[in-house]
Amino acid sequence: MTPHDSGFGPDLVEVFGPKHEDGGPELIQLLTPEGERVHHPEFDMDFSAEQLRGFYRDMALVRRVDVEATALQRHGELGIWAQLLGQEAAQIGAGRAIRPNDYVFPTYREHGVAWCRGVDPLHLISLFRGVDHGGWNPKDHNFNLYTIVIGAQTLHAVGYAMGMQRDGVVGTGDPERDACVLAHFGDGASSQGDVNESFIFAASYNAPVVFFCQNNQWAISEPIERQSRIPLYQRALGFGFPGVRVDGNDVLATYAVTQAALQRARDGQGPTFIEAYTYRMGAHTTTDDPTRYRLSTDVESWKLKDPIARLEVYLKRNGYAGDDFFADIAAEADAIGHTLREGTKAMPDPKPLDIFDRVYSEITPELAAQRDGFTAYLESFEGAVH
Amino acid sequence: MTKVTLAKGLNMGLRKAMEADDKVLLMGEDVGTLGGVFRITDGLQKDFGEDRVIDSPLAESGIVGTAVGMAMRGYRPVVEIQFDGFVYPAYDQIVCQVAKLHFRSQGRIKMPMVIRIPFGGGIGAVEHHSESPEAQFAHTPGLKVVTCSNPVDGYWMIQQAIAHDDPVIFLEPKRQYHAEKAELDESATPVPLFSSQLVRHGSDATLLAYGPTVKTAMKAAEAAAGEGKSLEVIDLRTLSPLDMGPVFDSVRRTGRAVVVHEAHVNLGLGAELSARITEECFYSLEAPVLRVGGFDTPYPASRLEEDWLPDLDRVLDAVDRSLEF
Repeated sequence: MTPHDSGFGPDLVEVFGPKHEDGGPELIQLLTPEGERVHHPEFDMDFSAEQLRGFYRDMALVRRVDVEATALQRHGELGIWAQLLGQEAAQIGAGRAIRPNDYVFPTYREHGVAWCRGVDPLHLISLFRGVDHGGWNPKDHNFNLYTIVIGAQTLHAVGYAMGMQRDGVVGTGDPERDACVLAHFGDGASSQGDVNESFIFAASYNAPVVFFCQNNQWAISEPIERQSRIPLYQRALGFGFPGVRVDGNDVLATYAVTQAALQRARDGQGPTFIEAYTYRMGAHTTTDDPTRYRLSTDVESWKLKDPIARLEVYLKRNGYAGDDFFADIAAEADAIGHTLREGTKAMPDPKPLDIFDRVYSEITPELAAQRDGFTAYLESFEGAVH
Repeated sequence: MTKVTLAKGLNMGLRKAMEADDKVLLMGEDVGTLGGVFRITDGLQKDFGEDRVIDSPLAESGIVGTAVGMAMRGYRPVVEIQFDGFVYPAYDQIVCQVAKLHFRSQGRIKMPMVIRIPFGGGIGAVEHHSESPEAQFAHTPGLKVVTCSNPVDGYWMIQQAIAHDDPVIFLEPKRQYHAEKAELDESATPVPLFSSQLVRHGSDATLLAYGPTVKTAMKAAEAAAGEGKSLEVIDLRTLSPLDMGPVFDSVRRTGRAVVVHEAHVNLGLGAELSARITEECFYSLEAPVLRVGGFDTPYPASRLEEDWLPDLDRVLDAVDRSLEF
């Protein structure tokens, strides 16, 4: 029996059209892979030369952070690293659309968004080095700690947004006051119960949250087809809010679409789902070997859509940036690389006795007894320092 | 002074907490318009509004997960899990997020959340409505676990749990909700939340109970007194952290301890209590610490539950074995 004669109506192809490897006609794009500026009837906007150079700088520098951290892992300085390579435009486009009062809930790969929120890359590195579980203060950056359990943070994002509603900072019309939440997750997480529950809660309470899914096509070894039989953004409609698919390798389109969705949330018009269509150029993490499950020809075809290269072409062709600009960025990247290498090696190890004080707001008597016992044990070794 | 049931004591305590701090929010399934399936939140939505008493979609992970976000925003969410057996869909959020965020953030993120769970058996319900999951939460660093056994404790402990800055799993013995009333003096000074309380003096053996089994232990002590045996009873009240001071004092005097809980015996709270008593009171013990609890089977169909739950006779049987050791 084929889907056509199942008696259940039209099949997926009839409803959603044929599958498009390039994201399909619904893909919102303002800058083509060749660096051509195109226009969109709904999401078009003007960018200043300074803004365009800023996007380039952000993307080039976070790529350097990523490359440097990957190298540090290869040198044995980090236990593991989750690479963002190829997803710079999605993260910088979204990260630069956020306002200071907005709050961000990342996964563990949002190094580019962290950059936009002013989180020191050494704080990201310390997590992957095993020094801590995230060294920055979320309240200083309105940027939550990385969440390792896939999709769990999307519920936190909705709850935080519900708190904003109760604080009266949604839909007041005052741009200094109104705020919203940006929730990140990936294509793999879209299968998680928590993500689906977060959609339901957000829709039910009309919460000011933007769900930003970077569909990088792979959940470790599993292709997007294992997670969804329809384009991910179309799921939103079933939950009762709009979904859009944007070219996640196009920083201009990602910025424009995310900014519009965030403003919609701040205005009290509820959630939006953004599917940033992109590609994980690297491995899932440094422990992964993607040659076991995907074709190098796929990777080669996505190299032609590189987010940084297309903006570089556009900047040069239109005279928005000259050789000096690119030389300055390269020098800045080298300096960051140096800082990260030296900073990582100089990072002090955590102290064994520090863990006991952080479990509760005030240490419990039984935990204090364990700490004291461990202290005495450590001190029993000759020349002990801790 | 008024006479109140446990349900009423909890309801009054929640109201007090909401009056004291406008950051306190209630959320759960049916807690608003209906007032909860056990009516613990009765009338609160009417008085505090839909923004503070929130009827949630039917998704436990969603309830707890969104409460995490509200706590991050500065609220003090009190969520109701409708029945003990329905907490498991939220288990990941409780164990991986609620319990660990303070530690993960080096103390920068507080999680002042209360997760109320009606627990225990004896109400003739279908499967998943009679469980005792306390050990699973007591085993998780970062959580605190308490349980009230009577209306007065219900009134005070829920307020103390809400005012506490760490996440509290708050277990309510559902069979007691609408049972005996007790005199509540709202002007009294409550005992500290994380404290065990000696509730009956005795000299021959110590019964350690909490939640629904405190009543069972008190009845057993009454019956034993008629046979000339003097049993001391301690209501543990706090299961994590444990407050072992009163327990050690008692066992050093009586030399014998019997733990009574409805949860499965294997790796239950009784195992931990037994280990700690053995470590601290070794030379005072006249007999091994014994445990009376649910058998290591799934909770049975309700027509068997009174056989499965520890009752007065099974407690006295264990006391006899301890005394005769």
